[in-house]
Amino acid sequence: MNIGALIFMLTTEITITVLTVYFFVRVLRSPKHPTNSEIDE
Amino acid sequence: MVETKEAWGSRVGLILAIAGNAVGLGNFLRFPVQAVQNGGGAFIIPYLISFLIMGIPLLWVEWGIGRFGGTLGHHLTPFIMDSMAKGRLWKYIGVFGIFANIAIASYYCYIESWTMSYVLHSVLGTFNGMSQQQVSQFFDNYLNVTLSTTGIPYEAITFFVFCLILNTWILSRGIQGGIEVAAKIAVPLLILFGLFLVFKAFTLQAGEQGAIYDGFVGMNFLWTPQFDSLANPKVWLAAAGQIFFTLSVGMGSIQCYASYLKGREDIALNSMSAGWMNEFVEVVLGSSIVIPIAIGYFGIDKVVELVGQGGFGLGFRALPFLFTQWGHLIGAIAGVAFFGLLFFAGITSSLAMGTPIMGFLQDEFKWKRKSSAIAFGLSILIMGLPTVLFFQKGVFDEYDYWGGTVSLVVFAMFEVILFSWVFGIEKGWEEIKKGADLKIPIIYKYLLKYVTPIILIIIFLSSLLRPAGDDWSKIGTAGWEFHNGSIIGKILHKGIGPNKDYFADKFYAENDGVVSDIKTGKLGYIEITRNPNSDIPIVNRYDIGDEDKIMVKKGEQVKTGQVLYEGNVINNVFFIDISRLLLLLLFLLISYLVWVAAKRMKNNLQTTS
Repeated sequence: MNIGALIFMLTTEITITVLTVYFFVRVLRSPKHPTNSEIDE
Repeated sequence: MVETKEAWGSRVGLILAIAGNAVGLGNFLRFPVQAVQNGGGAFIIPYLISFLIMGIPLLWVEWGIGRFGGTLGHHLTPFIMDSMAKGRLWKYIGVFGIFANIAIASYYCYIESWTMSYVLHSVLGTFNGMSQQQVSQFFDNYLNVTLSTTGIPYEAITFFVFCLILNTWILSRGIQGGIEVAAKIAVPLLILFGLFLVFKAFTLQAGEQGAIYDGFVGMNFLWTPQFDSLANPKVWLAAAGQIFFTLSVGMGSIQCYASYLKGREDIALNSMSAGWMNEFVEVVLGSSIVIPIAIGYFGIDKVVELVGQGGFGLGFRALPFLFTQWGHLIGAIAGVAFFGLLFFAGITSSLAMGTPIMGFLQDEFKWKRKSSAIAFGLSILIMGLPTVLFFQKGVFDEYDYWGGTVSLVVFAMFEVILFSWVFGIEKGWEEIKKGADLKIPIIYKYLLKYVTPIILIIIFLSSLLRPAGDDWSKIGTAGWEFHNGSIIGKILHKGIGPNKDYFADKFYAENDGVVSDIKTGKLGYIEITRNPNSDIPIVNRYDIGDEDKIMVKKGEQVKTGQVLYEGNVINNVFFIDISRLLLLLLFLLISYLVWVAAKRMKNNLQTTS
């Protein structure tokens, strides 16, 4: 595999993987939102 | 406000369900083919730019529209869009959000059933000992419902019905107990199977198990940047089109899922998470399985030839043969992993397609959940059977084109215009930001207002007016000729070949080639091989009746337009127009039901006030 292709592949795949994990972890760590009924109360 | 009992049980379940909806067969079969055909590694640049400036805004729009509708008690795009703007027209544009789901599920569940069948055949070792041509022929025989090469009577129909029963059963268990549970099982398994196949592709070594190249040769081919392709508008259009279809936008299913969100739940972060999960599966897994493995065995030239036949050619005609090269056990595991992965990708999408139809019947006609799920299953059976029975007559492709392509682009274009210009970007922007667990850059407000609608209008116009040979330099000139695949070209039946009449007494050869096989009598056929010297032959098989008179001999070279047989011929164009009529009737029927439901709603409001 040539260096250009390898760098391009790794950069893209690592970036996408990191962003996928980052957003998913943020979802897991986000506080629960109040529901409609809780707001009404 | 109408209260709904259905709701998502957990945020992770919702994200996995929406990511599962987006992750489909296209992630593994369409994306790598698009990348190969559009500049290899350089394709990823316009692809990711399209994701950032069109994909993400579109996701926010659809989630926003869905949650907004849900707070008013609506789960379907006709009624949600109606509540966002004045004028009856929007309600009927919203019909696309129900229509597309039935039209797509009708053929998509059929593909899903192929993957179920191929899982079984991988376990049974059906492909062991077969040559590449035999595996390819197996696929053709499978699609021909009159043939049964495996002992299961009417195998294609049997698996299709079984697949529908499974979808119906999961849907009948509701959002939390059915869809959410299915997504929590299917998406992690899909990623696990994908990682196993990526490992196999990366460790493929030349000289071992019949491979002629290392797996890295394929990766090199796919990822070597060809920056000159960035100057080609065709590459940008292909990239934007791929982003559009991979995210499953323009269907009405995301809006329906989002309409079941509780209160002020976040949509900004949820949609980012689901969107990037889809990108991970598509770019990281999707690019690292099919192409590297196929190139490892066939070499680049043959794979490029196979890619010309589309993703199904690689997935169902080539890979089962390649897996057998890894030995019986690993081959069976790889077959189960690959087709299992496609099955999970498929079913999470088809379940999403069922939700709007069920929501429609439950909300507007007060049907129970189980009855609505059965109605969905039956409607897909009725609409889907023509694609199964007349697959080789072009019905499947017509459903895919009008239901799975044109309708999505038209709907997405109008919904973005509605959201940004009619509902208003200020209100829309506030809707997206409401309850957001993510700070959204202000630039997206302007992208949403100007860039995303313009890109969608360009995609629509380029589909409508696409020129032959993709040569846009003649635009507006007398030499302008429509591409066979353009909307206008399709309407005009361009590229239909010499068999233009519905009924005829002669059938003409549609391509140059060699008569590679003839079978007379019951279930007779004539086979024309278009590239007889290739290892990966492209074969057209034409069924003939008992009384048809064959006008060619085996081994004969034939030219396009030459008579192959004489008799009572019903040409494909008849089936193509019938399927278009079916789709049109479906659209009109849904429009009528929406009209009835809207009238009822109005009467109820008058009664209560």
